[in-house]
Amino acid sequence: MIRVVLPGHLRTLAHVAGEVELDVQGRATQRSLLDALEARYPMLRGTLRDHVTGKRRPFVRFFACEQDLSQELPDAPLPEAVATGAEPFLVVGAIAGG
Amino acid sequence: MSGVRVLVGTHKGAFVLEADGNRKRWKVSGPHFAGWEIYHIKGSPADPNRLYASQCSGWFGQLIQRSNDGGKTWEPVGNQFAYDGVPGTHQWYDGTPHPWEFKRVWHLEPSLTDPDTVYAGVEDAALFRSTDGGRTWRELAGLRGHGSGSRWQPGAGGMGLHTIILDPSDPGRIYVAISAAGAFRSDDAGQTWRAINRGLKSQYIPNPDAEVGHCVHRMAMHPSRPGVLFMQKHWDVMRSDDAGDSWHEVSGNLPTDFGFPIDVHAHQPDTIYVVPIKSDSEHYPPQGKLRVYRSRTGGNEWEALTKGLPQRHCYVNVLRDAMAVDSLDSCGVYFGTTGGQVYVSADAGDSWSPMVRHLPAVLSVEVQTLP
Repeated sequence: MIRVVLPGHLRTLAHVAGEVELDVQGRATQRSLLDALEARYPMLRGTLRDHVTGKRRPFVRFFACEQDLSQELPDAPLPEAVATGAEPFLVVGAIAGG
Repeated sequence: MSGVRVLVGTHKGAFVLEADGNRKRWKVSGPHFAGWEIYHIKGSPADPNRLYASQCSGWFGQLIQRSNDGGKTWEPVGNQFAYDGVPGTHQWYDGTPHPWEFKRVWHLEPSLTDPDTVYAGVEDAALFRSTDGGRTWRELAGLRGHGSGSRWQPGAGGMGLHTIILDPSDPGRIYVAISAAGAFRSDDAGQTWRAINRGLKSQYIPNPDAEVGHCVHRMAMHPSRPGVLFMQKHWDVMRSDDAGDSWHEVSGNLPTDFGFPIDVHAHQPDTIYVVPIKSDSEHYPPQGKLRVYRSRTGGNEWEALTKGLPQRHCYVNVLRDAMAVDSLDSCGVYFGTTGGQVYVSADAGDSWSPMVRHLPAVLSVEVQTLP
């Protein structure tokens, strides 16, 4: 079980409060985590990754275990503490005013 | 008594305002989609309870929301806007080639007859259509493939397709306008297009009367006279009497012919409205006086409408999609400002009053006349 913390706007969109808990099949990576997240909450498709290219949107960042994982490759394994649910995977909107 | 529902898109959410036919007491709901940019909301002419909204954010991209109950509840529908084929390039601000990239939906235009069919004008400029209530979108690629696409360039606000006009007398005829490419017409329901910019003159492009490159800000049409079009261009207010084949200037005695919105009275096809703005670099009313100008002669002769509008220290703008008219017997005219006010006139512009004063910057205003 992987814990995901979404930013407020996306919690509202997905109608969730607090953390999201996901069962990810196979190896826990950004791609498998986001695939599972979008399968559970289809309204999030396109909000984190571009529909066409599959790339992370420029103003979306991924943090976990006090590290910035935004630039990690999509198929790189997530930290063990995230994969086991000990630590949450944080989806964060970049600080960009507005 | 019949009533009206006003759909307001703002920089930080959507608001729905309702009133009876007197248009004096307004029930306000919102913000819907708080914190998101709502470029446009519009109801289906075929089913007034069916609304579509364009919701976007610099962080999380584009969403399309749909309501089946007049804006009480909403559901996200499809948000995949994929250009057909390899999109190629358009011109960047400095004239260099720049790849086509989807950014947002500027304008939603529901079909006149089918609540599940809706058109979307997007940035970078293209026209999409959904025939399943917004679940899936397909580009009408003949527009972008018109042949001039590589010469289109963005206006200051981006390269958006912001105007979509469906001809009620001819299901095959569609008009669109793009900043800064110009106006285009299809006579075969969007499959093929031709530029309709003859007569436009724009000093900010190398050839002032080029086929494309004109920064059209808005077009309007009266449904009873679909061959007559009115246009607010970057500078100049224009008119066409031949479905866009040619244009002539009708700026007449306006204090400035720069502006964004233009609209037509619901019952008088030659009565039109604009909001003059000082200039392209000073986007506020001349002399700090917020004045709507009305022509009852289809242009050239304009009168200032000021009653109820601020006549000192007013430095707001009125954006291109932020003016609308209702179709009650005494035509109502509405507009919203970047200062967050939405004004209504229940007497065709003679007098105005604010419906709300302190919304976020208003991006769009639409009105539905309810039975």
